[in-house]
Amino acid sequence: MIGTILLLAVLICGSTFGEIAMTYGMKAIGEPARLRPKALLIFLGRAVCNGWFWVAVPLMALSFYALLVLLSWQPISFVIPASALSYVVGTLGAKYILKEDVNAARWTGVILVCLGVVLVAMG
Amino acid sequence: MASERRLRIKTLVMVLAMVVCANVGDLMLKRGMTQIGAVKIAPNALAHTFVMTITNATIWVGILFLIGFMASYMTVLSWADYSYVMPAGAFGYAILTLLAVVFLHESVSPRRWVGVLLICIGVLLVGQTKPNTTSANEMQKVSA
Repeated sequence: MIGTILLLAVLICGSTFGEIAMTYGMKAIGEPARLRPKALLIFLGRAVCNGWFWVAVPLMALSFYALLVLLSWQPISFVIPASALSYVVGTLGAKYILKEDVNAARWTGVILVCLGVVLVAMG
Repeated sequence: MASERRLRIKTLVMVLAMVVCANVGDLMLKRGMTQIGAVKIAPNALAHTFVMTITNATIWVGILFLIGFMASYMTVLSWADYSYVMPAGAFGYAILTLLAVVFLHESVSPRRWVGVLLICIGVLLVGQTKPNTTSANEMQKVSA
């Protein structure tokens, strides 16, 4: 049980901090000038040269690996609802690390999505 | 405001691209792995599975869609809030359930329908908020 809780923590923290690092990197390089193939390719080229991208990728890979191991230990009807907690952790990270303005409507939406994912995954 | 409307439309387009690419990618991987068959955990069998995987066209289509998901996710994060994009991405759960009912004629439990409804209401609520509440991207726009 302790192993499951630890891996769940790795899964949630890995995905949250990985995505926060990715957001930080993408905000740092700025949005593409146009949503056209050439501008998007230039944007993606700049993205993979950004250090935050390479912080994000291993964290997301670690989270994915934790998910695979968890799925081999526990039923999917436990793993996916439990990992839905990442919506709440991610929103806290967005508010306190990325300094985003998370108002009451956004918090309510996030909690509803989180509960919805739990119910859908439970089948 | 026109720029606000443009921001909402392009964010919506990229989130939809994310959801479609992720779901189609997962579906293609599942189809490809079904074509290959159950994986046996033994050195020779794993090597054989690896070769089968990298020579399977359906798997490559799936990988291309997942690259498309990652590209659209990175792009939308360059202007929109993480706390806006992340819950909006959960809309895929609702779409998958609808696809399962319409195309696969699966029966869906009332609990799952309630979950889909909660996700839709949650995504709509988040969608009402401003997609970008930080000013970093305004300062560092790509001029090319």
